[in-house]
Amino acid sequence: MGCSDSSFIKDKKSPKVIKAATIIQNWYRGYSARLKARQRHALTVFQSIEYADEQSQMQLSNFFSFMLENYTDEREEDPELIARLFGCNLPDTREDYVKMIDVPDSYDGPRLQFPLTFTDIESLIEGFKQQKILHPHYVLAVLFEAKKVLMQMPNISHISTLLSKEITVCGDLHGKLDDLFLIFYKNGVPSNENPYVFNGDFVDRGKNSIEVLMILLASLLVYPNDLHLNRGNHEDFLMNLRYGFTKEIMQKYRVYGNEILKILEDVYTWLPIATIVDNDILIIHGGLSESTDLNLLHRIERNKMKSVLMPPIPSDGDSAIDLKITKVGSEKIKTSVSLSDQLLQHEWEQVITIFSASNYYEDGSNRGAYLRLSFNTLPKIFQYQVTKATHIRPLYQRVNTVEGSAIRMLKERIIARKTDLVHAFELYDRNKSGKLSLSQWAFSMESVLELNLPWRSLSTRLVLTDRDGNVDYMSSFQNIRIQKPVKEVHSTLIETLYRYRSDLHIIFNIIDTDHSGMISMEEFRTMWKLFKMHYGVPVDDSEVDELANKMDLNKDGSIDFNEFLKAFHVVHRFDPSRKSNKPVVQE
Amino acid sequence: MGKHREIGTIIRSLGCCPSEGELHDLIAEVEEEEPTGYIRLEKFLPVMTEVLLERRYRPIPEDVLLRAFEVLDPTKRGFLTKEELIKYMTEEGEPFSQEEMEEMLSAAIDSESNSIHYKDYITMMVEVQLFKEKNKVT
Repeated sequence: MGCSDSSFIKDKKSPKVIKAATIIQNWYRGYSARLKARQRHALTVFQSIEYADEQSQMQLSNFFSFMLENYTDEREEDPELIARLFGCNLPDTREDYVKMIDVPDSYDGPRLQFPLTFTDIESLIEGFKQQKILHPHYVLAVLFEAKKVLMQMPNISHISTLLSKEITVCGDLHGKLDDLFLIFYKNGVPSNENPYVFNGDFVDRGKNSIEVLMILLASLLVYPNDLHLNRGNHEDFLMNLRYGFTKEIMQKYRVYGNEILKILEDVYTWLPIATIVDNDILIIHGGLSESTDLNLLHRIERNKMKSVLMPPIPSDGDSAIDLKITKVGSEKIKTSVSLSDQLLQHEWEQVITIFSASNYYEDGSNRGAYLRLSFNTLPKIFQYQVTKATHIRPLYQRVNTVEGSAIRMLKERIIARKTDLVHAFELYDRNKSGKLSLSQWAFSMESVLELNLPWRSLSTRLVLTDRDGNVDYMSSFQNIRIQKPVKEVHSTLIETLYRYRSDLHIIFNIIDTDHSGMISMEEFRTMWKLFKMHYGVPVDDSEVDELANKMDLNKDGSIDFNEFLKAFHVVHRFDPSRKSNKPVVQE
Repeated sequence: MGKHREIGTIIRSLGCCPSEGELHDLIAEVEEEEPTGYIRLEKFLPVMTEVLLERRYRPIPEDVLLRAFEVLDPTKRGFLTKEELIKYMTEEGEPFSQEEMEEMLSAAIDSESNSIHYKDYITMMVEVQLFKEKNKVT
């Protein structure tokens, strides 16, 4: 030990040692940079796909308008459906009725006492940390009480940092309870001295949306002047259908899930739209465009806006505001806070985007942040990241995870467009060699998938290339396929149904007004016809009918649409969850 | 600092391995007269294209890397202790920042022996690169 110590000191200044160290450092920096580039690509994939999803939400919204115009002629006898589509408020579920739900003695989750106090907030936090599920009695009670409070609020709240109150602004949480806990840990729980603004998107995607929402609403009830909630585009029952909150509720609340969902719909519409701090700073989800009229925002009847996706309802000649706000943002932050010096003239000095869900796309994908505002000072930003492990994993492992996840998602999009892609490839490949140049492949991918991605950089993870750099384009579809629910059905049909499964799911849910999970064959056919017309999908009506019949989902003239849609999913060849490792037959 | 880091990452991710000194020279070539903290693509593109065409700043071959480790391990134990690695990487050559050091340690150090067995480490790192190349058809 002593020997190596002295030889260590002796060698310290030798040029050989310096050179060796430099070589290792140089190599490491190159290696690390390549890993970070892969990480960045993965993030780009996630963001690109998310953006594309938002575009298809718009398409869905247009479809609803289209459906209204054409469907009503066929189904005049369904006033409830029309009312639902037109966004009129259905008669309220009776509050006293639902609150009569018993809480059994055996229930060991948080128990709340109305009117709520800070002990109830702590009770919720403690209970959720122990992974308890809040009893539906309390969920409903909180929702009803929150609605009453929210109804008193204007569309845009004004708050102030005078009286030396520092205000904390948080962005999207998306059901990530751990992030909320981390924020409370670093920044303190909400109170009269510690006001918060939560700028929308509390739910969807993460697995604790209801818990996050309950904590936020309970805090609102305890501190109505110091806890501000803005509505985000995910505070929307249609978005919840697509992005997981509805599923979460139905899983956690099998008996009262539907009741909860109904009241939730209502509560959403009463969430305020924006918050203004010190007459100087506007906080709104999704930001603004040049055409946003703040005065209009003040005036509209916000509770009439059932969903971002529903067609806007004109009232008194004003065109209603469409909350179809596209997300703008840079890597770790998304639009939700705007700073301004001259509010009414709309001259924004600075736009800051705050996003509070760390690891949003995948473990290790990004950090989260919150902002603290105080009087006459620059806002301070605090960043954090939730980690599951007790120590940080090495960079290459984190990158592999994020990249693996991104590529997986991308492959699912690719297989869903197989027919169109093959068509595009073959246009280039006149002599049917099965090969394309990297550029031709990249161009085809981009134009068919309409995803703005660094295809050339991603190619090593997506296709096989030969020594000359040419792409074996059919390998774009390797290791993944769409499960065929029935053997004798056209690939195109399967592809189409797989691609539009989320949209179809939402549409079915709209039509299924009694939440039974079933729609009549007639409704199914009508809706399918309209869908086909609007989306321009090349599928035969009879094919779909036949498929539904073959899948034996036609139960006494009704279709169990959850079963129908569940049948369309992809199978990844090297999925660890697959029971057998038998190679999958490529079709 | 921020701009240096990002440009360095971009250049290195393209397969080039400039030293920190070479990187600084390159940045000086492409940055604005009044330092804004940003680099414009119009300036960067031609310079970078030339770098790539000239095949400047070639990456370190595996055997050279191995020999570099062996220089730091004169008694040929086959490993460096964590302390030795930290000392060399943060005090010699073009020293690592604390972040870079921690990053390297997290993957390199075997927690039981608290040392880096550099031969295995190099093989593993190269394998990680190879994984990317796995999809190449012969």
